[in-house]
Amino acid sequence: MRKTLAATGKYSSLVIASLVTLVPLVVIVLTSLKTAQDYATSGPLDLPRHPTLQNFVTAFQDADMARAFLNTTIILVASVVGTIIIGTMTAYALDRFQFRFKKLVLSLFLLATLVPGVTTQVATFQVVNELGLYNTRLAPIALFMGTDIVSIYIFVQFMRSIPISLDEAATLDGANHFTIYRRVIFPLLKPAIATVIIIKGVAIYNEFYIPFLYMPSQDLGVISTSLFRFRGPMGTQWEILSAGALLVIIPTLIVFLALQKYIYNGLSAGATK
Amino acid sequence: MSDTPDAATVPRRVPRPFRSNPRPAVVRQSQRGWRFTPWLFLIVPLALLVTFTYVPVANMFWYSTTDWNGISKVKHSVGIDNYVEFFTRPELFRVFWVSAYYLGASVIQLALALYFATLLSFKTRLKNTFKGILYFPSLINGVAVSFIFLFFFQPGGTLDSVIGLFGVSQDSMPQWLGNPDIINFSLAGTSIWRYMGLNFVLFLGAIQSIPAGIYEAAELDGAGKWAQFRYIIAPGIKPIIGLSFILAISGSLAVFEIPFIMTDGANGSTTFVIQTIKTAFESNKVGLASAMAVVLLAIILIVTWVQRRLVPEEEVNLT
Repeated sequence: MRKTLAATGKYSSLVIASLVTLVPLVVIVLTSLKTAQDYATSGPLDLPRHPTLQNFVTAFQDADMARAFLNTTIILVASVVGTIIIGTMTAYALDRFQFRFKKLVLSLFLLATLVPGVTTQVATFQVVNELGLYNTRLAPIALFMGTDIVSIYIFVQFMRSIPISLDEAATLDGANHFTIYRRVIFPLLKPAIATVIIIKGVAIYNEFYIPFLYMPSQDLGVISTSLFRFRGPMGTQWEILSAGALLVIIPTLIVFLALQKYIYNGLSAGATK
Repeated sequence: MSDTPDAATVPRRVPRPFRSNPRPAVVRQSQRGWRFTPWLFLIVPLALLVTFTYVPVANMFWYSTTDWNGISKVKHSVGIDNYVEFFTRPELFRVFWVSAYYLGASVIQLALALYFATLLSFKTRLKNTFKGILYFPSLINGVAVSFIFLFFFQPGGTLDSVIGLFGVSQDSMPQWLGNPDIINFSLAGTSIWRYMGLNFVLFLGAIQSIPAGIYEAAELDGAGKWAQFRYIIAPGIKPIIGLSFILAISGSLAVFEIPFIMTDGANGSTTFVIQTIKTAFESNKVGLASAMAVVLLAIILIVTWVQRRLVPEEEVNLT
């Protein structure tokens, strides 16, 4: 008897939590399928009477989503590739060499994790401006690449599990340090690289503030900023705004369903820094 | 790319492990390679680190003692006036009260995350489905989350309709985002919806890394589920709970995206970061904004210092 009661309590709390999570999302899906007239005459929980995909077409065109996805992709690919190269190089230098000021360099990277990114934008903005990067795609790329310390930690941690004897064997075969880095270390870091791609990819896809601050030009809209600016002209046309939000969510959902296992592992690696 | 001499002419060089003993004499022969090679790998990362983290932080300290507006060529030194202004103007200082809502929300969020992580660590049907549902919101784009909850909270929106199902009249519904007494509860609730799953997955991972044999032994000894939680799970994941709690404190000071996109800080929902950003980029008071950023940085450094004192070294130190 007590057991059934406990099980009932357990499953009802899980179902309630799932409903709380899903209802706001499902309502957005329902709304996005309604015609304007349907939306105006029905409540949020009512099913669409004449389901239509027209809102998605309208949102995709009016919010200039094609360009937004292109800009996001360019920035994402460039930043992730840059982060991987920079992160693995730093980790290689920090893990495989003894050199003067190593402690200092290490603490510089460590201390940087504590600096809250959003507020320092007050001063970072001036640096980006001085470098002539304002209102170019290079601004977010440089910032995503240059301020990512978490990836460096993931690489350093992983690199410690790669035996030094591999480096030594390669040295015996006549490899120099760069060759060791490129041919021995880099390929062995693949699992860590996959983790960084996932963490970084999700973070950049979702980043709002950096593109918002540094790329005010309409042509440089990424998905976050394009969706944000879309709200102005659409006002209260929630059937179209819902479709716009879903256009941004659907790729995330697909990636999540396809890579669930890696995402769980990756995010636990990244979140605790 | 490397400054080491051609490999064929160089005798064996033995790379040393991290934090190793003094290197053997053989290595001395290639001293040059030893001394400069690491810097070749570090020069670009360090240049980026200094340019985009340390130069801004240093400038921030400098700007905070001036009256700079962000544009003009001259900056007048004003000493600590900016700091005095921040701490004495109530409308600036009240942002700390807004943080309190998010801190309260974080406590609820961590408690819920711990509860669901513990539930799902035991045998459960549809385990992965529940896990996926609870976790998915933390992956959603912040602008999309904001749209979802603008619709959720608007008059006659999702929340009002759901409450209406229980027979409550629509006219008695409060303005979830329009009433300054309620708005921060609504926004902090949105924050729980968005981030609970992230803590939950972290806790679940920590619980599952406890060897299963311990539970079995405890069950043989007659320990119930509560005893298992109290004496096995809770002590086992104490470090991650401690860390999450500390991160929640700095996180609740750094809240930005949701209130900025949803309400633009209106109706008393301005957070520390929104206030700082607006002071800098809308009021053009870069000096004052820098002082606020310095205060936030100081608070976060103190909180982290406390964390390092409380949480055992090996749990946090990754280097």
